[in-house]
Amino acid sequence: MAAAAEEAAGSGGGSPSSARRRLRIISGHLRGSPRAPEREALSPSPCKAQGGSAEPASGSIPKKRQELLKWNGWGYNDSKFIFNKKGQAEFTGKRYRLGGMVLPTFKEWIEKTFGASLEHKTTSRASLNVNDVPPSIVNEEFLQDLRATKISYSQDAEDRVFRAHGHCLHEIFVLREGMFKRIPDIVVWPVCHEDVVKIVELACKHNLCIIPFGGGTSVSSALECPEEEKRTIVSLDTSQMNRILWIDEKNLTACVEAGIVGQDLEKQLAESGFCTGHEPDSMEFSSLGGWVATRASGMKKNIYGNIEDLVIHIKMVTPRGIVEKNCQVPRMSTGPDIHHFIMGSEGTLGVVTEVTIKIRPVPEYQKYGSVVFPNFERGVACLREVAKQRCAPASIRLVDNAQFQFGHALKPQVASIFTSFLDGLKKFYITKFKGFDPNILCVATLLFEGDREKVLQHEKQVYDIATKFGGLAAGEDNGQRGYMLTFVIAYLRDLGLDYYVIGESFETSVPWDRVLDLCRNVKERIVRECKEKGVQFAPLSTCRVTQTYDAGACVYFYFAFNYRGISDPIHVYEQIERAAREEILANGGSLSHHHGVGKLRKRWMKESISDVGLGMLRSVKEYVDPNNIFGNKNLL
Amino acid sequence: MYSKELTSKKRDEFEDILEERRLSSDLRYAMKCYTPVIYKGLSPCKPNAIKSAVLQSEQVQYVIKQLAKEMGESPDIIQEEATEILDEMGHSMQLGAVRFFAFTLSKIFKRLFQRVCVNEEGMQRLQHAIQEHPVVLLPSHRSYVDFLMLSYLLYTYDLALPVIAAGIDFLGMKIVGELLRRAGAFFMRRSFGGNRLYWAVFAEYVKTMLRSGYAPIEFFLEGTRSRTAKTLTPKFGLLSIVMEPFFKREVFDTYLVPISISYERILEESLYAYELLGVPKPKESTSGLLKARRILSDNFGTIHIYVGEPVSLRTLASGRINRCPYNLVPRHLPQKPSEDIQEFVSDVAYKMELLQIENMVLSPWVLVAAVLLQNLPAMDFELLIEKTLWLKGLTQTFGGFIEWPDNLCAKKAVVSSLTLHSNIARLVDGRVVLNDKGVEDGAVGEIVFKRALAILMCATYRNQLLNVFVRPSLVAVALQMTRSFRREEVYSCFSFLRDVFSDEFVFFPGISLKDFEEGCFLLTKCDAIQTTQQEIYPTDKGSAIVSFLSAMFRPFVEGYQLIFRYLSKETKEAFTEKQFIPGVRNFVFQLLEKGKTQCYEVLSSDMQKNALAALVQLGAVKKKKMSNGFTYNVNQEAVNKILDMFDARIPVQKPVAARL
Repeated sequence: MAAAAEEAAGSGGGSPSSARRRLRIISGHLRGSPRAPEREALSPSPCKAQGGSAEPASGSIPKKRQELLKWNGWGYNDSKFIFNKKGQAEFTGKRYRLGGMVLPTFKEWIEKTFGASLEHKTTSRASLNVNDVPPSIVNEEFLQDLRATKISYSQDAEDRVFRAHGHCLHEIFVLREGMFKRIPDIVVWPVCHEDVVKIVELACKHNLCIIPFGGGTSVSSALECPEEEKRTIVSLDTSQMNRILWIDEKNLTACVEAGIVGQDLEKQLAESGFCTGHEPDSMEFSSLGGWVATRASGMKKNIYGNIEDLVIHIKMVTPRGIVEKNCQVPRMSTGPDIHHFIMGSEGTLGVVTEVTIKIRPVPEYQKYGSVVFPNFERGVACLREVAKQRCAPASIRLVDNAQFQFGHALKPQVASIFTSFLDGLKKFYITKFKGFDPNILCVATLLFEGDREKVLQHEKQVYDIATKFGGLAAGEDNGQRGYMLTFVIAYLRDLGLDYYVIGESFETSVPWDRVLDLCRNVKERIVRECKEKGVQFAPLSTCRVTQTYDAGACVYFYFAFNYRGISDPIHVYEQIERAAREEILANGGSLSHHHGVGKLRKRWMKESISDVGLGMLRSVKEYVDPNNIFGNKNLL
Repeated sequence: MYSKELTSKKRDEFEDILEERRLSSDLRYAMKCYTPVIYKGLSPCKPNAIKSAVLQSEQVQYVIKQLAKEMGESPDIIQEEATEILDEMGHSMQLGAVRFFAFTLSKIFKRLFQRVCVNEEGMQRLQHAIQEHPVVLLPSHRSYVDFLMLSYLLYTYDLALPVIAAGIDFLGMKIVGELLRRAGAFFMRRSFGGNRLYWAVFAEYVKTMLRSGYAPIEFFLEGTRSRTAKTLTPKFGLLSIVMEPFFKREVFDTYLVPISISYERILEESLYAYELLGVPKPKESTSGLLKARRILSDNFGTIHIYVGEPVSLRTLASGRINRCPYNLVPRHLPQKPSEDIQEFVSDVAYKMELLQIENMVLSPWVLVAAVLLQNLPAMDFELLIEKTLWLKGLTQTFGGFIEWPDNLCAKKAVVSSLTLHSNIARLVDGRVVLNDKGVEDGAVGEIVFKRALAILMCATYRNQLLNVFVRPSLVAVALQMTRSFRREEVYSCFSFLRDVFSDEFVFFPGISLKDFEEGCFLLTKCDAIQTTQQEIYPTDKGSAIVSFLSAMFRPFVEGYQLIFRYLSKETKEAFTEKQFIPGVRNFVFQLLEKGKTQCYEVLSSDMQKNALAALVQLGAVKKKKMSNGFTYNVNQEAVNKILDMFDARIPVQKPVAARL
């Protein structure tokens, strides 16, 4: 589902094989992780894939998610921030580039930024208390029918709880300290399109509610079960539908089952020398079907496009039957594009089972870069110019000063005196010689991809533009660390939660001329709301311009605060987040650029797309799913 | 809208800023180290940089291109025109000029005024506000002294000097105009509705200064000096300009600061009275100013300046503004504000004026004048004191802000007021007499004129009470007019009066019922009336209050009746305002000469214009725009009907709110 955390560290920069290495590292995440044992009683029925390898692929994420992933936080069990015995911050595990490294300045940053102290700690419950879990209520006739299909299923409490949520702050908070009021009654694991058809038929027959589950990375409350749902809730976990069915090298497309997660898709395509280039920050965990269902956006969309540009064909199972087009063509003029009813439908219409997606040869060369600007205004002006000239690199992002400082705090201990000397020189040059104020300057991070020669040419063009806006090239390393920051932040929230710091990210898209005003006003609004709501320490309220388009940009905010002294922090947090969203809308920003609406942002849908617009969507829902089988109550 | 506990409302203490000036060197004061606090987001720039930013702005360039296209002219020529407009309008604030003013104004103010009192807490709040968000200062406007004094005050407190929107007629004053410009005044033409280029340049100039946080912006909601000392109904143009950057979210917030400046004795008091009676106002000229020097030997008492709580525009707007219109059009395109926005701007304007009124200091003389006007031509001194004290209590009950100097006993306070205003009234043989005699007794006309002059001058001070008293008083008037105790009827009549007087007094739009309840509440509070669900009736001891209150507003009730009668009988064809004023003046003059009325106040052109405007609003007069201004057409029948309602010959017919 939607993006919440950046993909793993990636490669070492400017070597020709860096792209491949980046993929190898991603595939490395899997190595050594235990393969989930199949439940003995239930064996998946083999499915015939149309013309591809019939072998069920082994995915990175096991059926028993909790064996590999945290049950009450983000990401892998073995990867987390800790404070070691010396009181220094450290990142554990070997999956990421930061793994095993000591971050000497991080503690100071966290204390200074949040007023947090290592002495004030809250701890999560150690494990799930199975007795608290709402019982599974499934009628016997349905179970009989289900068994007859031979589709794997589970009524286990853990399995059900772990599919009852995404990664919103309040959801994680509930996992740590409470229990959801309503969770799925049963989890099913179809392994192919036909299985899904059977499940949907059974659900219609027995009047059940289906909630599709992909990667579980939603940050819009999309996976939460509606409390008032009286029917049996079936969580349809697509993770076992994870094969690439075929690759068409002539047309550069691949047909893939929708449950595949990003890292597996890229890894498997790489074996044939291809990639999709779709890299949302959550790509380690989020699934192809989830991307389609939420209109996902990838970091490298400037080269590869967003999901709506990548998708050629979608197959979706609905209570009315299967919806798909009759051909796999680049474009057609046959009325409104039915793909656009499916993309962004957030699981309210049916289950996406198979997707034909564009693929590209893996690029030969990849290079990071960064530029320092004297202030945010100049930086935005530069990005606007880059967008105007349509020469944006694969990724270009501009972080504000607070995020720049944050990135700085995550700098690992330097190995040699020489490096630290160089760092010192760089700092001296920028702040003293060039006169940049370290409390105002901001940084753009860049990622170039393609033929070596073209990349170098492209790089020069972008740096030339940057120079016109007072930018100074600041090296590959800074660029790379910038991208790492995005994935690290998702793990950081778990650390924050241990020390009374809660936070989250949210995003929007906005026309170019309003970018500066929106960023300033939203940050200011957050600071004010915190003060008004009795938050005792100034919050972290920071943003980055994370995507550029012809007509505007995507802006991403991070917001976190120390909640000591507040009795109901989640409520306060939600009020502030709501105020921030109001502010975004008042500044001409959108309700969402890529996270989606879910249940979290439903209240603003009418305002966003007008009464009639909402009616149009409703009538589609009424036709496709008159009995509200797909009853997750998202969006509408 | 109104706070229920008016009397217990805590107000700040005053501090006399002239006191220190009398003790230390003015020169040193003028040359002091001046480092005002500034807006946190300020990017420092010179007045000229602002001008060029305005010229280059998308907003102005857009209009220039549009006009070039429409008129078939080269954009350069129009650009040139825009530059000229900007040069005519723009300020060029210079510290030197500011210091010059600081020095001379110290000298002048010390001679003119006994004390200049300021609420220091208000200044502190202002200091905070200036650093946080762009600030708009909204002072009341009674005198030219207003903006000089305000700048002087900010300089004294080391605050950033405001840029001030002033009428372009000041530019006629040769050296002074230029000096004012250097002290931060920028000039606007009195009317530029049709000139799109002027409007674009002006609006952008104001907004650029606001957005950049360059300096607080100051202008007068009332649009012009109130010649009657009664708060004028607000103008919306400038206010909507300064609110726009917030609507478009170019700034996070904007502070609006209502400031009430009240004069114990208004510098221009006799000028105003002449002007109201139709003797034209002298054009602003430097020589005129020099001639006015003789007033320097006069004493104008104390000035009170109350700097109100800064009001956050964001807070006012929360939940009220539909953001869509601003999101769907590029922000630099000129856009007519939606009805929502217009209504909001109007509400804010009224709210600010009501805050000005609430914090306006009332001197004892104001009370004396109000009593005296009900007891013309002369009254017993002791009785005057007694009545003044009584009125003081009543005023405080109604939320009026009285500053009684140094807790003087009533007698001393009244005597000192009379001394200060000896040109209006004098103490003769234990009786207080209006100063309405000419040097030599001339013709009847001359006598009427002199008397009118004295009464209008006196009324100027009573007028300061009116907006505090208007709600309970109109209830009292309605009680007398309807001669009924039925709440419904009284309310209908109140509501009718409120509509008729909507240009005369300041009412928050659209809350007639609330105003009525407020009036009843205040009357109940001073035991003047008792109310039940259905009925309202005066108490025994309350009849004195009720009749005093209705007498206070009688000049308006009678005056409007006279004007309406004139319109219903004397005018047949379409007329202009220029014809209307002398016409009604002659009509009333004759009545006064013949002794058929005692209502001198109706000679005030202010009342005449307001009454005409009221009829236009009530639909009894049609206003048409012609090439050379407006013309009016009377609907005799409608005017007669309104007259009948006044005479209580027919009951007021208005749909009554169901909740009553």
